[in-house]
Amino acid sequence: MDPDAIARHLSEILSHLPATQQQVRGIKEILLANLVMIAEKPAPTFEERDRLNFVAQRFTESHLQNISIDEAGNAQGIIPGSESEDFLLLMAHADVPAVPGEAPTALQVVPDRISGPGVADNSLGLAAITTFPEILKILNIQLKSNLVLLGASKSLGEGDLRGINFFLDNFKYPIKAGLCVEGVHLGRLSYSCLGVVRGEIECQLPESRLEWNDSSNAIVVLHDIIQRILAIPVPSHPRTEIILGSIRSGNTYNRAPKSGSVRFEVRSEQVGMARSIRYRIAEIAEEVAARSHCEVDVRLIARRRPGGIPFSHPLVQASRAILESLEVKPRVSPSMGDLSALISRQIPGVTLGITQGENLHEAQEDILIEPIFTGLAQLIGILQAIDAGVIDPTLADKESDPLAEINDTL
Amino acid sequence: MNIDDWLSQNTFHHEAFWDLMALIRKKEEAGLKISLCIPTLNEEKTIGKEIVIFKSELMDRYPLIDELAVIDSGSTDKTREVAAGFGADVYLSADILPEQGFKRGKGENLWKAIHQLEGDIICYVDADIANIHPRFVYGLVGPLLENPDMHYVKAFYERPLTFSTGTRPSGGGRVTEILVRPLFSLFYPELTAIVQPLSGEYAVRREVLQEIPFPIGYGVETSHILDVFQKWGLGAFGQTDLDQRVHRNQTTRALGKMSFGILQSFLNRATAHGKIGDLCQLQSIYRAFQVTDNQHEQLLTEIIEEERPPMVTVQNYRKKFGIEKAE
Repeated sequence: MDPDAIARHLSEILSHLPATQQQVRGIKEILLANLVMIAEKPAPTFEERDRLNFVAQRFTESHLQNISIDEAGNAQGIIPGSESEDFLLLMAHADVPAVPGEAPTALQVVPDRISGPGVADNSLGLAAITTFPEILKILNIQLKSNLVLLGASKSLGEGDLRGINFFLDNFKYPIKAGLCVEGVHLGRLSYSCLGVVRGEIECQLPESRLEWNDSSNAIVVLHDIIQRILAIPVPSHPRTEIILGSIRSGNTYNRAPKSGSVRFEVRSEQVGMARSIRYRIAEIAEEVAARSHCEVDVRLIARRRPGGIPFSHPLVQASRAILESLEVKPRVSPSMGDLSALISRQIPGVTLGITQGENLHEAQEDILIEPIFTGLAQLIGILQAIDAGVIDPTLADKESDPLAEINDTL
Repeated sequence: MNIDDWLSQNTFHHEAFWDLMALIRKKEEAGLKISLCIPTLNEEKTIGKEIVIFKSELMDRYPLIDELAVIDSGSTDKTREVAAGFGADVYLSADILPEQGFKRGKGENLWKAIHQLEGDIICYVDADIANIHPRFVYGLVGPLLENPDMHYVKAFYERPLTFSTGTRPSGGGRVTEILVRPLFSLFYPELTAIVQPLSGEYAVRREVLQEIPFPIGYGVETSHILDVFQKWGLGAFGQTDLDQRVHRNQTTRALGKMSFGILQSFLNRATAHGKIGDLCQLQSIYRAFQVTDNQHEQLLTEIIEEERPPMVTVQNYRKKFGIEKAE
């Protein structure tokens, strides 16, 4: 498709967005009901089954095709297109980050907001996917392309994107483009992924150790390891971070613990940097183990390569235009989630948020109801743009560096 | 009908009624309308979710209920605003049958709902349920649609069926177990088969509701059971296991007041039914105590279980529903 035709299509889609934004309000009760029923099914990673059974049941009620729950636990269904043999993917992860303590699972619904554990990340995203057949129906939209709706299992933490990776490895047809949906924040536009290494350092002291020295305490050994990790030189450009996210050891005041662990994540925009730091952390663990005569193991939980589509890619440009047309300022940030599974397979994709929220990853997350309709209009607009052919990959500038461009736009 | 037969024939699990399309067909074949009534007083924190779930699932997606109404006692919070915002019909109890006056109490709202709502079956659901789900309605309405001879279906709450193997205790809350069940065991042993006689969720046919009086306070559920039993027998009842119900817990003192009201209604019925002889004049003051700086003091609460008469005796009701005269 020539650039003029693409521009015309995009212009037409933009002109319909205000009406879409209004019409999609008709889905409010159905969306919120789906959200409540999804969010009140607890779904820590590896335990998303109830939630995804519900999604599959909804897909059945909406008469989708090829509905299934696959071996990885993903729930999927297809809305057949009218003309094209292309397949577009609209997906959301089903699992919810762990929160401290035992949070009640009941949601609270008041006129302007909904509160509850995991409601923003990512019950709302999954509810949007679940409700999407009704959304298209209420808007009287039929896409030319086939639309695959996917509730992905085992995405977060130790799940390490197992659900989306299984789906992409086994889906029979090529995916032309994918949208990853997150509950928050509206305006989020991720089109690149950081390189990520996530791991856990486990320290175990021999049971027989009785000496009165520092090495008889796992906390002291871990402290030594942490000090050395913090001394690793980390470049500020390209941006690189070492995050120590959790430390566990001991359970009383007067007894030196014999074991403990530290969880870490290394993120970097530079290819190979996260891997290089991971090797350095492994060396530190070996040095400390040799010196203290403790057993120190580094267990890798997740690895992702950095990458993305360029800022100039038509999907990014169309997404930005649609957001701006809805008077939402695009906030460009790299993804560390499901998008990397698409990117690593050269499938153009972006991650988008649906509404505004607060207290993210606290026991009670809050999301606002009103912006949801703008978030849904955004999804519709971008899907229509892809469906109309605006993301012809031959138009993308393959030479540019998406991560460098993110830095430029920040 | 003996207790064992009743338990085996009239006790259900909500999963038996999962096929909402089948229930809707039965409703349409029978030409019935179903109203859902949620009585409220300051329930802004939970009412929104109930309305969203019931309206979306049982009106928009599966049109099992024809009317969704909140009957409010005069909330001072945003209960009415929230409920209306999510699409419920909202009525102030005082505005219904104004010539009958207004009395504050849940039973008053339930009674006035009979006049205000159009349904042939009215399903009552409390507003304070945190884990609300469509089963709280279809699990109660289902037995009435499938059993024309059944009139009054109560909810009870047990563990999910998948954990139901083996022997396990069954029963209701504290007031049920230490007051109502002992009373029923003494005077109405058949009614002990109703697992949770005080549950606030039940579906009832209009022809039954309009014939029974309504205590406006704590005694409404107990008196319903005694009146329906007296007039239609145990076979008129059904009960459905709705799995778990999450709600706010009441203090022991609040339960004491509730028990005081229930006992008044019970004793009135038991006397009228000839189960006990004439009683002395019952007191209407509930007495509790508290200690402040080592000094005991009385807390006096007047609890009078006023009653509304059977709705069919109210002239404006008869006029609205075309009933010539009270039976």
